[in-house]
Amino acid sequence: MMRASSTKSKGTRELSLIPNYTILSLFLLFAIGPLLVLLFNSLKNRAELGNNPLGIPTSITWDNYPRAWDVGNFSTTTLNSAILVAGTVAAVLLLGGMAAYSLAKLDLPGGNGLMLYLLVASSLPIHLFLVPLFFFWRQLGLVNNLFGLILIYIAVNAPLAIFLLRSYMVQLPRDFEDAARVDGASEWQVFTKVVVPLSWPGFLTVGLVVSLAVWNEFLLATVFLTDQSKFTVVTSYYNFTTQFSRDWTLTSAAAVMMIAPILVIFLIFQRQFIEGMTQGGMKG
Amino acid sequence: MGKPMTMEKSMSTERLHDARASWRKGAFFRKKVLPWLFVAPILLINITVVLGPALSAGYYSLTDWSGIGAANFIGLDNFRRILLEDSSYKSAFVNNLIWLGLFLTVPIAMALVGASVISPIRRGALFFRLALFVPYVLPSVIVANLWRTLLDPDRGIMGWLTDQGVPGTDIALLGRQNTVLPTIAFIDNWHWWGFLMVLFLAGMQNISRDLYEAARLDGANRWEEFRDVTIPGIRPVLVFMVLMTAIWSFLTFDYIWILTQGGPAGASEVLSVLVYKNAFQAFQAGYASAIGLTMSFFVGIIISIFIVLRRRGWEI
Repeated sequence: MMRASSTKSKGTRELSLIPNYTILSLFLLFAIGPLLVLLFNSLKNRAELGNNPLGIPTSITWDNYPRAWDVGNFSTTTLNSAILVAGTVAAVLLLGGMAAYSLAKLDLPGGNGLMLYLLVASSLPIHLFLVPLFFFWRQLGLVNNLFGLILIYIAVNAPLAIFLLRSYMVQLPRDFEDAARVDGASEWQVFTKVVVPLSWPGFLTVGLVVSLAVWNEFLLATVFLTDQSKFTVVTSYYNFTTQFSRDWTLTSAAAVMMIAPILVIFLIFQRQFIEGMTQGGMKG
Repeated sequence: MGKPMTMEKSMSTERLHDARASWRKGAFFRKKVLPWLFVAPILLINITVVLGPALSAGYYSLTDWSGIGAANFIGLDNFRRILLEDSSYKSAFVNNLIWLGLFLTVPIAMALVGASVISPIRRGALFFRLALFVPYVLPSVIVANLWRTLLDPDRGIMGWLTDQGVPGTDIALLGRQNTVLPTIAFIDNWHWWGFLMVLFLAGMQNISRDLYEAARLDGANRWEEFRDVTIPGIRPVLVFMVLMTAIWSFLTFDYIWILTQGGPAGASEVLSVLVYKNAFQAFQAGYASAIGLTMSFFVGIIISIFIVLRRRGWEI
């Protein structure tokens, strides 16, 4: 990289950043290039893909999309994934929010112990509890059952949600709650009418991060949902790519259909996503 | 809290006594019981799904349980098998160590370079940060399959390189025993490093500009600035991510399972793959539990090393 001199006009300062932009362009090509190839391949017919597997399509065909939608059984799998996401997010926000409220505002006796437990629980390998959990769930009839998997997702996402929501609620001034309590509000009312409305950005962040985690989740979905009618978009895509591994037009179109909604929502809420995911990473 | 106190004066001694007792009872409920009622639902779910099965994995690791029916207690036999008999365990463990080595170097170096070149720029900084983060939000199945096609020996980048006459590119990177593991690590890293970069970038933006000015006045070049100002400035994030990388390297599963299921000939098997295969394909749930327990043991060791170093006064 170039040596920075202490006396610089604005022009030379811009000039000294040329190496930065060069490196960034290479990184950009590395990160986004493969996604462009995916998009291109989804718009080619099979003959063209054979001749030109990496480049821009010479003629555009949209046929791959409806075909992938049908063959990939997207109408069922999208619904399954949506149920998993909605169920998990609703429960994690409600139950995790309650727990966070108790930790942040009710001086939960033994609160530090609970935080420690959540920290340990969140760092236990899934593969440690996966095996007994699977056979236990099967006895209870919760395998191949969306509700059964939602329960697991709630448990797995609980620590992150509680930590993030708690750190959000701790910052809220106590005046509002105390005012409500003096007016005779119960703790439940203080929670739902005062604390939740004041900390909704925290709930939004957690909701987005948990939605993405559940939508993208592979290991648990593949273990607990083995029946084709219960497949999520992710496990169905996995199955689909082993079946149609040589038809890249089809697998690319299916991939674009799965990625597009993620990217749109990510770009709209990028600030919340990045904040939530980096804080989640930092807190284990 | 105030209500029963203000009523005190108008009450007879007897009623006062009752009120105090019930207030105390109420206080006990309000201060000790009610907070736990708010926590109970999600805690019970977590205990049922995580803690209970994790503890029972400890018990099943001492049995020959198949997953169905009764489990016979066999003492430490599963662990004897891990240590002495199972050669696939050893090679899987070595693969986890290779994975650890790759992830402690490549993504961290890439993320440090990426963050330090974005950090000083104004124009386009947000765009680059977002674009490089995008692969992190994609599902593993998509990323894995995308790169499987890109690395296809006939039609992908490798095929294109072969057509251009580049020697040694006519190979199936995912099909050969000596290239498969680094190739999967490369694919996993493609999706991972941007996340790391954003974390480092956030750390770098908190470093005071004055420190860089001071370094420049002392005649430091960019490398010295990076070494003496940037790295110490992001040290907490850096150390934390080294710790997390070390932990996750022993737990990695998705990309390997999706791309090769541990093949060819076990060349990309890691411990998590062995757990899956033993539990759900070989129906040796007891043995799989024992392997899962050893994975937690390694994670425990890493966390302990971290804590010991911290106690010894390392600023981590």
